[in-house]
Amino acid sequence: MNALTGTFDPSTIETPSDSSEPPVIRLNAVTKRFGATTALEQVSLTIRRGEVLGLIGRSGAGKSTLIRCLNGLERPDSGEVEVDGRSIADLGERELQPLRRRIGMIFQHFNLLSAKTAADNIALPLKIEGQKRAARRARVAELLDLVGLADKGDAYPAQLSGGQKQRVGIARALAARPALLLSDEATSALDPETTDSILALLKDINRALDLTILLITHEMGAVRAIADRVAVLDGGRIVEQGPVWQVFATPHSATTRSLLRAFQPSLPEALATRLVPGLGRRSVLKVVVVGDQAREPLLAELALAVGARASLLHGGVDTVQGRAVGALFLELDGRDPTNFAAALEFLRQRASEVEELGHVVDDD
Amino acid sequence: MSSTMIELLWQSLLETVVMTVAAGGVSLALGLPLGLLLIATDRGGIWEQIALNRVVGAIVNAGRSIPFIILLVAVIPLTRLIVGTSIGVVAAIVPLSIAAIPYYARIAELSFREVDPGLVEAARAMGGNRWTIVSEVLIPEALPGLVAGFTVTLVTLIGASAMAGAVGSGGLGDLAIRYGYQRFETEVMIVVVVVLIALVCALQWVGDWTAMRLDKSGRFGAEP
Repeated sequence: MNALTGTFDPSTIETPSDSSEPPVIRLNAVTKRFGATTALEQVSLTIRRGEVLGLIGRSGAGKSTLIRCLNGLERPDSGEVEVDGRSIADLGERELQPLRRRIGMIFQHFNLLSAKTAADNIALPLKIEGQKRAARRARVAELLDLVGLADKGDAYPAQLSGGQKQRVGIARALAARPALLLSDEATSALDPETTDSILALLKDINRALDLTILLITHEMGAVRAIADRVAVLDGGRIVEQGPVWQVFATPHSATTRSLLRAFQPSLPEALATRLVPGLGRRSVLKVVVVGDQAREPLLAELALAVGARASLLHGGVDTVQGRAVGALFLELDGRDPTNFAAALEFLRQRASEVEELGHVVDDD
Repeated sequence: MSSTMIELLWQSLLETVVMTVAAGGVSLALGLPLGLLLIATDRGGIWEQIALNRVVGAIVNAGRSIPFIILLVAVIPLTRLIVGTSIGVVAAIVPLSIAAIPYYARIAELSFREVDPGLVEAARAMGGNRWTIVSEVLIPEALPGLVAGFTVTLVTLIGASAMAGAVGSGGLGDLAIRYGYQRFETEVMIVVVVVLIALVCALQWVGDWTAMRLDKSGRFGAEP
């Protein structure tokens, strides 16, 4: 998979793995309004076969409406929705039903039937499909095994923990062998450890069954853990999308930046409050390094090449999708504009992004 | 108490049970689908039909608002049409049923409303049709509430059947009024009241126990 290699070449990542097959889902300029409020505005999004696409946004960003447009529970006011290369706009409720079976769904609050055992919950999509009892039983056993609940088939949801319930939910979503798994905030009601185990299970399923997953969430951590690409939804619009490592390294929209705040180093408050625009003795730069860039002895080379002595104020290097993604806050003497410009030029060649933040004024 | 009195008491008990069970059965058979119709046709329901919902709702409310004693007399022509007579146990079953159908319809509607809409959404997302949603989600999930509500309906019917004495239906209530009240036989009154209390308690206990056994969600206080 491209995303796991160390090379820095966005173009290879944007290419679908198999262009002959239609994407699992294609949204083209989908707009949906509820009265005066616009839930989705010109949303175009493609979900490729076999990928985990993270769709992130705050509550009210339009995530739920987007999901409901995918499985035809909601009709867009304009734009196209294609599932498996087929437009669903003209389909009636009766024609949508078999199509919905191609899309498995898991929910924040699991939505398991309390009156049915785990096994019967998992069997429900198969029952809807019209499978015989014996066939259902065999498939359910297989699925219980897959999600690690082989001994819990006879338990009722009330007897299971949150993580176990979500595993049952996942098994149920996979029962009818869907082309796409929609995960609607599936880990938002779980504690951190359970979240990790559920995300790991989803990733395993994605790899083992080559199942396409749309991971809808407000948690960047979930996206970072298992998604290949991410799309950021804000106010009903997709404000940013790209490979996860790229969005983590160089987020462009304000929404993405704020969603990422907890995951990225930021200038310590003591310095940030004393920051003023323009150059000074203590000019501060934010330098983003990605992949191999993060392994270079950047500061030493900067000193050798342009004779600029930069000190590291703050920063860190993280690994996203197997790539190093780092943000470094450097302090340089900006009193000599020529020298500073040379340093800036050097850094711009060696890093993905360089941002001038201003300079720090001393207290005295 | 004389043996004729005991026989009379037994006879009355049977009459009460027959009226309650028959009217209860009719209210279940017609009130349950009516309750389902009320929730299904409501806004956001699985078969949204607002106009139909308002009409059915109005009819149910009308049925619920008529005092039973008036209903009892008002439906006499209908009773005669259906069962051929307007007096006796069988005749009393008609007005009792007419009162109990809308009563249980509202109770059933409330039970269906208690079902988490997320479960209906999940069944729809799975590609289930309306029948699947009714048979796999609404009824099984609402079942403990439906049973508890049916118990309440039966208890109410036992009370209402006392008034049915006015059309010569017999029953325990009628016995209490005729002997205990009108003939000042306090002993009969006390015995009838005790029997009624025992009957209601037994019914309530069976209803509660069944609802508890059916509930797997933990809401009714039992371990699934």
